[in-house]
Amino acid sequence: MNKKKSIMDAVIIGAGVTGCSIARSLSRYDLDILVLEKEEDVCSGTSKANSAIIHAGFDAETGTLKAKLNVKGAKMLPRLSRELDFPYKQNGSMVLCFRREDEPGLKALYERGIANGVEGLTLMSGDEARKLEPALSKEVTMAMLASTAGIVCPFQMTAAFAENAAANGARFRFLTEVIRIEKADHSLYKVTFRDASGNEEEVDTRTVVNAAGLYSDVCHNMVSEDKLEVIPRRGEYLILDKTAGSLVSHTIFQLPSALGKGVLVTPTVHGNLLIGPNAEDVGSAEETNITAKGLAEIRSTALLSVPSVPYGQTITGFAGLRAHTKRGDFILGEPADAKGFFDAAGVESPGLSASPALGDYLARRIVNYLRKSGLSKAVHKDRKEIVTRRRGFIHAGELPADKRDALIRKDPDFGVIICRCENISAGEIKDAIRRTPGAVSMDGIKRRVRQGMGRCQAGFCTPAAMAILARELGIPEEEVCKNRPGSELLMKEE
Amino acid sequence: MAAKKNNSTPEIVELTCIQCPIGCQLKVTVDGSDVSVTGNTCPRGEIYGKQEVTSPVRTVTSTVPVDNGIIARAPVRTAAPIPKQSIMDVMEAVHSLKLTAPVTLGEVLISNVAGTGSDLIATRDIPAAS
Amino acid sequence: MSANNLPIEKHELVIVGGGPAGLAAAASARESGVRDILIIERDSQPGGILNQCIHNGFGLHTFGEELTGPEYAARYIRRVQEENIPCRLGTIVTDISRDRRITCISREGVSLIDAGAVILAMGCRERPRGALSIPGYRPAGIYTAGTAQRLMNIEGKKIGKEVVILGSGDIGLIMARRMTLEGAHVSAVAELMSYSGGLKRNIVQCLQDYGIPLLLSHTVTNIHGRDHIEGVTIQEVDEHRSPIPGTEKYYPCDTLLLSCGLLPENELSRAAGITMNRVTGGPDVDESLSTDIPGVFACGNVLHVHDLVDYVSEEAARAGRSAARFLSSGQDLEKDTAAVVLKAEGGVRYTVPQYIHPSGMDDKLTVRFRVDNNYRDRYVSVYFGSERISRQKKRVLAPGEMEQVVLTKEKLLSYPDTKEITIKLED
Repeated sequence: MNKKKSIMDAVIIGAGVTGCSIARSLSRYDLDILVLEKEEDVCSGTSKANSAIIHAGFDAETGTLKAKLNVKGAKMLPRLSRELDFPYKQNGSMVLCFRREDEPGLKALYERGIANGVEGLTLMSGDEARKLEPALSKEVTMAMLASTAGIVCPFQMTAAFAENAAANGARFRFLTEVIRIEKADHSLYKVTFRDASGNEEEVDTRTVVNAAGLYSDVCHNMVSEDKLEVIPRRGEYLILDKTAGSLVSHTIFQLPSALGKGVLVTPTVHGNLLIGPNAEDVGSAEETNITAKGLAEIRSTALLSVPSVPYGQTITGFAGLRAHTKRGDFILGEPADAKGFFDAAGVESPGLSASPALGDYLARRIVNYLRKSGLSKAVHKDRKEIVTRRRGFIHAGELPADKRDALIRKDPDFGVIICRCENISAGEIKDAIRRTPGAVSMDGIKRRVRQGMGRCQAGFCTPAAMAILARELGIPEEEVCKNRPGSELLMKEE
Repeated sequence: MAAKKNNSTPEIVELTCIQCPIGCQLKVTVDGSDVSVTGNTCPRGEIYGKQEVTSPVRTVTSTVPVDNGIIARAPVRTAAPIPKQSIMDVMEAVHSLKLTAPVTLGEVLISNVAGTGSDLIATRDIPAAS
Repeated sequence: MSANNLPIEKHELVIVGGGPAGLAAAASARESGVRDILIIERDSQPGGILNQCIHNGFGLHTFGEELTGPEYAARYIRRVQEENIPCRLGTIVTDISRDRRITCISREGVSLIDAGAVILAMGCRERPRGALSIPGYRPAGIYTAGTAQRLMNIEGKKIGKEVVILGSGDIGLIMARRMTLEGAHVSAVAELMSYSGGLKRNIVQCLQDYGIPLLLSHTVTNIHGRDHIEGVTIQEVDEHRSPIPGTEKYYPCDTLLLSCGLLPENELSRAAGITMNRVTGGPDVDESLSTDIPGVFACGNVLHVHDLVDYVSEEAARAGRSAARFLSSGQDLEKDTAAVVLKAEGGVRYTVPQYIHPSGMDDKLTVRFRVDNNYRDRYVSVYFGSERISRQKKRVLAPGEMEQVVLTKEKLLSYPDTKEITIKLED
């Protein structure tokens, strides 16, 4: 190893689920990996606000990267969720059809699923579907069941990928926004970024991975003449209380038809009910606001599938942006005019489902490039050296009483309940903060251990959680942020 | 009586009575020293209307920082209602106050706060943090 | 020992919650002869939400004087201390089973307690923003009024200086004054309804005194600012509460407080399998404030949201007496008689209690209720079956003010065939 210490093998831009999965896959090799994320934490863009489902893989056109990686990713999930200890459940999905004339469309979807290699697909009558899901509308004439579909916690999945990558040597830097990517010489890129204190820093790297999500066009266009445009496509959602979480057990889709693309009704892996999304192209990658019109649209559309959705039990609404491009498929790999620069761009649905396979797919290409170009041997680490397992976030509330008692006796903070809706203690919050990479903001805690995620939406627990975060980070409470700087919760003393 | 009136036009003040949930809309007419109330439906409204116009009073409550206490703030109030126009003066005095635990409920923190004739008292026991 | 090898404590009466309801219930249970009482309180101090309600106006009915929240709480805390009733602080109940086994946790670990009787006194919580589904971003700077109150009054934190308040509940009104006195500017209080649910006194002394406009039939229809709130759009609403196009007005602010109602906190009750009331959000109870699990009683804001703490104390005292009676008799002796169902009709939203065992009544029973709108010059009528037993003229009735009728045991026993009592408003 005679490489200079300051030269990276891979700089990954973006710590969403895609970037973290690539980092994790790459960290199996003897490489210097740096992940740059412009927000304060992992999972802060598209990855944090989506349907939180693992698609079976019948949606995308046969032969596309979307189709291949989705089917492969979905197959990886059961084992991966055990090894990395994040919440995942194979609950199966259903696609509903409401009119006889649309049934051929559902059959075509079934055929496509088979062609894509999706297992466990079944077509059934409306009555059979209602037998499985009694809350379904009487209007359902036909349905397709996809038993391999699942639900997942996208926050914990991303955090798990990131932690596992970090455990295998990948480094993460947050609040770092890439502002320039230049060819340093024939074999190196110089990546210039603004760091947390606003200073410009540079890093030389043999490869750059563009997993910048909604900003993947910006990064791509820094190096390639084959310009790319990401169109932020907003989707709005409603989350209902856990009391409504068992209304359906499968993820319920509607067959896209002349009436529209449809919205889904699904339990979440944490037991809430999720409704949404609509789809609306918006002008900026920051437009994560919810709208009265959008919420009205998803509310009424969801009722077509499940007429009894109890909207009175809504606990919150949110909006996410998909990184849509006109090219349709995921854009993975090197642009013709930028060798050593690897796009993971245009990763919209089924990006979450595809992410484990996508990470492996791109890591292999990056490793091949490094080897072929003689820049690095990119040796696969000895299997014994690789950390393959990760301890998930502790959830003391799910332990039997005696185990919980033992845990509290070891660390009394587990006996101090901060969030009563989700039954989260100071111990769990501490655990979320002390990870690498760990939570540094209120949202970071919330996404990892669900403090404030429940029905009171942090009404009671904000003051106490804020105090723990300040104490753990060694900062005054006035500097505690909801997410990125500028989102301080309190006013500074004058 | 008429002889007592001065020549300026009477002032009419409109108020919502707060003596009961009905919330009568009171019209209080001030004509020199003559104060009359209409719109009330009970005698309590008349008393309230007159008081609100001639010498309104309020109890001021706030909190002040406490050092070394089991909590960071001690709640305080004026022992009795004070003239409404003195609220901000009382607040100014409150803002200049800093306590050290222990604090005892009822303890006089400032006597005759802002010259209102009323004391500022603590409204909670704050034991010292051990 | 329990199935999982944890020791089990036994107590005659366990009270879940050491706020105004729990403290008053404890004092009254002791007065009625219960010796072994344990109060379980999650906070580090007893007193509940009263500790952060530093304003005056508490206790006029109970003590004939105007106290602040902490002073009112202190009177009950003192009584409980004088009676040597233990209050286990920093302890949260995580489960109550049908056979009254309580699981709670604290820094010491998990404890299991078998209780002869249980009084639920967990209070209520605020309706969060999410439930309101306000369009816009989700930036920092949005608080429920009660959270803001705690941050300011207990933790001594500063929240903001340019404030808009959505909802004219009492806590929101109180916070409008509180923030003004601390140097903030409150530009408006927007209320979706055409009337305020807050007390008249608070509208006058917290808003009018400081020139803060109360915008009735208005709501926040957009939240601006991605990181920290920068402003809100407030719009007028029509009679169906739909925003009227063209009435949008932008209010810059760094703080939005939400005071949009309170919800009884009944996760434990629901998990225990207690029958809940859809209107109150609390358990269905009988004249003794017993839920449908024998020996489990409820009082205070966990039962239904009160506007005066004095009524909470009164109700809690009844729960304390009932628990004492249950403990001394070993069972609900009165429950052998069929229950008379109380029905709320014609403008009456609910009643507490929801059903009565006439033989179990005290001589007089206060039935509390709320109305669904503002009314003037209506009669509150009580029907036993189809026969009107009494009617009382009310000059004004408002959703924000709890109302009551008093039923007498004597009267009810003289109508032995009564199966239903209806309380309704009539012209």
